Amino acid sequence: MNDNQIVLPIGPQHPSLDEPGSFHITLEGEKVINAVIGVGYNHRGLEKACESKNYIQNLYIIERVCGICSHAHSTAYCMAVEELAGVTVPPRAEYIRVIVAELERLHSHLLWLGVACHEIGFDTMFMYSWRDREKVLDVLAAFGGNRVNYGVNTLGGVRRDLDETILELIVKTLDTLEEEIKLFIDIAMTETTLINRLKGVGKLSREDAIHYGAVGPVARAAGIAHDMRVYEPYGAYREIPVNVITDTHADVYGRTLVRMLETQESIRIIRHCLKSIPDGDITMKVPRRIPAGEVIVRVEAPRGEDVHYLRSNGTDILDRIRVRAPTEANWHGMKHMLEGGYLADVPITIAAIDPCYSCTDRAIVVRSQENTNVMDWKQLRHMSVDYYKKQGIDFAACKL
Amino acid sequence: MRMIKKAITWGTVKSPWIIHFNAGACNGCDIEVLDALTPRYDLERVGILKQGSPRHADVLICTGAVTLQTRDRLIQIYDQMSHPKFVIAIGTCACTGGIFDDCYCVTGGIDSVIPVDVYIPGCAVRPESILRAVDTLIAGLQEKKGGEHHEA
Repeated sequence: MNDNQIVLPIGPQHPSLDEPGSFHITLEGEKVINAVIGVGYNHRGLEKACESKNYIQNLYIIERVCGICSHAHSTAYCMAVEELAGVTVPPRAEYIRVIVAELERLHSHLLWLGVACHEIGFDTMFMYSWRDREKVLDVLAAFGGNRVNYGVNTLGGVRRDLDETILELIVKTLDTLEEEIKLFIDIAMTETTLINRLKGVGKLSREDAIHYGAVGPVARAAGIAHDMRVYEPYGAYREIPVNVITDTHADVYGRTLVRMLETQESIRIIRHCLKSIPDGDITMKVPRRIPAGEVIVRVEAPRGEDVHYLRSNGTDILDRIRVRAPTEANWHGMKHMLEGGYLADVPITIAAIDPCYSCTDRAIVVRSQENTNVMDWKQLRHMSVDYYKKQGIDFAACKL
Repeated sequence: MRMIKKAITWGTVKSPWIIHFNAGACNGCDIEVLDALTPRYDLERVGILKQGSPRHADVLICTGAVTLQTRDRLIQIYDQMSHPKFVIAIGTCACTGGIFDDCYCVTGGIDSVIPVDVYIPGCAVRPESILRAVDTLIAGLQEKKGGEHHEA
């Protein structure tokens, strides 16, 4: 570091960050030379908590991985358990899951638009988009009973059925929202101040996006048609045609366009679901004890691909769960996006990946040392049994 | 001295400025806090303004169970605030630790670290409850009971 450079620490508490995250940004004048990203403030040990509860109780913990994309996480978890138990979800339940997932995408993207516009000082748009987001939340509250963690999913299906009043409410809300979203898209496409402010900021080219493993709108804005709903359809998406929205700007402006056009696509998908939703049951019985096995499930959350890994051992308590939230994948490219940019663009560049720290913060640090000892599950178990034997407790007789 | 105290109470009651700190929440309550400031609920119309710096704020709004990483920062922010200061714990996690209580990385609710004036349970807290909490706090201040514990 030479004399012209200064290090600017941002966070963990900072007016433009709603969640705790720290950034050490090395500046030369106004230019960002280096950025060090510190996350982990929100690590609550959620995966470990899941290992001490049964499958139904875990549903409520997994839903609270993140308050915004809670439905995506619980869908992934339910799909993993159903896969292991060999249960087929009734088609009506799968359609209801898709309807809620798309409503969630709508509210998440409107939320993002508001936050992003707030970061660039366009507070009018922030207020407009959050006003309209309330309409989506009203629908979710009417259907699920809660505004944020709606708890629609359960193992083997969904907990609530769509009745006439909810259907009417959804149709009415979609009609009003469509008009408002048209206005937002119009503003995003034509408003010169907005375009000039966002174009060329936080560049992540197609090659870099692939290199850093970006997912969701960040990858799609770089021209990569990566969408789990199309790439590896799950649930009712196997029957519903989904158009992948891509863009070639590869910057914050591209991400704005992708998200805005995706809201329109979500409205179209919900309308399609309402038309073609089959009748029938909404849940199937899932056994309390899940057969041993392991499974990986990939779901398209509003922020991108959400991966859940689950290993069961034949009891009613799971062995291991791992949540790889979409933000975690997008953080890797952040350093590249920030470097070379200006300090004033830092908040909007960070906001553009729609970061969710509570989703991310379950990372495990693997220190690359020469004498790193990698142990598999059996060795680890032996080690723990030996450890407790020394303490005078014998766990060897317990069978897992 | 009494006059100054009176003036400070009057100022705080008329327009409490808030600062928001996420001590390890799932984002649900944070978004609802922000939501209370947007057009549908619009806390700003009663003079409540969100501040960026703890030195400008009267009320610390805390969400989430306190994690080991944020604990020291929370104490630091609380210490940086000028008197009189009040703390509102928003959400079940902030009140007691909620479902994250007893996790290896969680120390418990906000009151395990700093004193709390108003507790709002709920997962997630609705913006109406946040309005109610602020109302309770102001009503408590007007009766000059600020600092005592209230259940919203």
